[in-house]
Amino acid sequence: MNLMAIFLGGIFVNNFVMAKFLGTCPFLGVSKKIETAVGMGIAVTFVMALASAVTYLVFYYILVPLNITYLYNIAFILVIAALVQLVEIFIKKSSPPLYQALGIYLPLITTNCAVLGVTVLNKTEGYNFLEAVVNGVAGGLGFMLVIVLLAGIRERIEYADIPAVFRGFPEALLSAGLMAIAFLGFTGLIG
Amino acid sequence: MDVLSILYPVLSLGGLALLFGLGLGYAGVKFKVNEDPRIPLVRDALPGANCGGCGFAGCDALAAAIVEGKAKPNACPVGGDASARKISEIVGLAVEIGRHMVAFVRCNGNSNTSVFWYDYVGMQDCRAETHLAAGGPKACGYGCLGSGSCARVCRFGAITVVDGVAVVDREKCTACGVCVQECPKGLIAMVPYDNYVRVACNSRDNGKAVRANCSVGCIGCRICERACGYDAVHVNEFVARIDYGKCELCGDCAGKCPTKAIVCE
Repeated sequence: MNLMAIFLGGIFVNNFVMAKFLGTCPFLGVSKKIETAVGMGIAVTFVMALASAVTYLVFYYILVPLNITYLYNIAFILVIAALVQLVEIFIKKSSPPLYQALGIYLPLITTNCAVLGVTVLNKTEGYNFLEAVVNGVAGGLGFMLVIVLLAGIRERIEYADIPAVFRGFPEALLSAGLMAIAFLGFTGLIG
Repeated sequence: MDVLSILYPVLSLGGLALLFGLGLGYAGVKFKVNEDPRIPLVRDALPGANCGGCGFAGCDALAAAIVEGKAKPNACPVGGDASARKISEIVGLAVEIGRHMVAFVRCNGNSNTSVFWYDYVGMQDCRAETHLAAGGPKACGYGCLGSGSCARVCRFGAITVVDGVAVVDREKCTACGVCVQECPKGLIAMVPYDNYVRVACNSRDNGKAVRANCSVGCIGCRICERACGYDAVHVNEFVARIDYGKCELCGDCAGKCPTKAIVCE
């Protein structure tokens, strides 16, 4: 039951973009088309899940025994950077079109604060290994959910008759703001 | 304070970094993308200015396009003949060398020769000036505004504004064409480097109006047409144009031009 609460809470209630305002750079940058948004969502979910698992091991089996937990930020960033590199190499090989579409935003997952956020949150909440991984997956899925939703909205707005001053970025920011208000409605869904 | 408190962080983080590095190195070999080996070679033969003059995102994108056959070996206007030859050798295509082109500002109306309706003291930007009354302070609506928008976009420092008129240094010009896009008056044209007889006016006003606005403008008198023995100069819409394919560089048209709108330098 606890895992279910973490999972649903991670996706809806504590959504990284909508409730914590982390990871807004790729959220706004790669949300022009649904396909690339899905690709970005999968990449972030993968990195988050793996980062949660690896940083758990690094924290509790290396940093805690050596009594150097104050280094957790550096160690976590190291883990995330290595994982993103791995994902980049893998995507370049397996899906060149996705690699092209994600462009600069793929290496920027390294500095996506949502990824660092989920690992730090796992530590401060004192999650065990399974809970940490579930939280990582949920965080990634939550990110994917909102980025795909925003991409869908932006694709439709593209053809709508809106004032010229709102075209492009303003329209994306307004949509994101309205989405955040809507996500406020999930507060209290769990416990 | 013991040595271990320094040693542990260094060893643990260093060890982790080493581990990840080895893992990534292994992944890099395992998932190696077999890139066409000619792409980096073509990339090296390009100038590397990443100016975008070719219409692609940068030198890397052009190199990939050339190897895939989507662009011609001479697609880079900056590299010129030398880079086109090298690239042609790499990709094994016939060399297509165009004439060496340079940008040329088709106006000679400086602050002494042109009539100005008012003094402009605002933002030094040609696009801003074109939105002013009468399209700028110069009486001639076709002339160079002299605020140097072209000089600012030139990545090669080839354009300077001399006495209110932009002048291209043809030795520095690489024919990337960025200034041609920038000029709001459409004054800059690409002309052959070695063709030094050129019409330094773009005014489509009739002769009387040109005379009133500028002492070095083309008035469309057609004296140059008669002076040319090679059928290379023609007047259309009150402005002479030289056919650079026919011009033999004799300079007769420039000598006869009553307003010296045709320059021979």
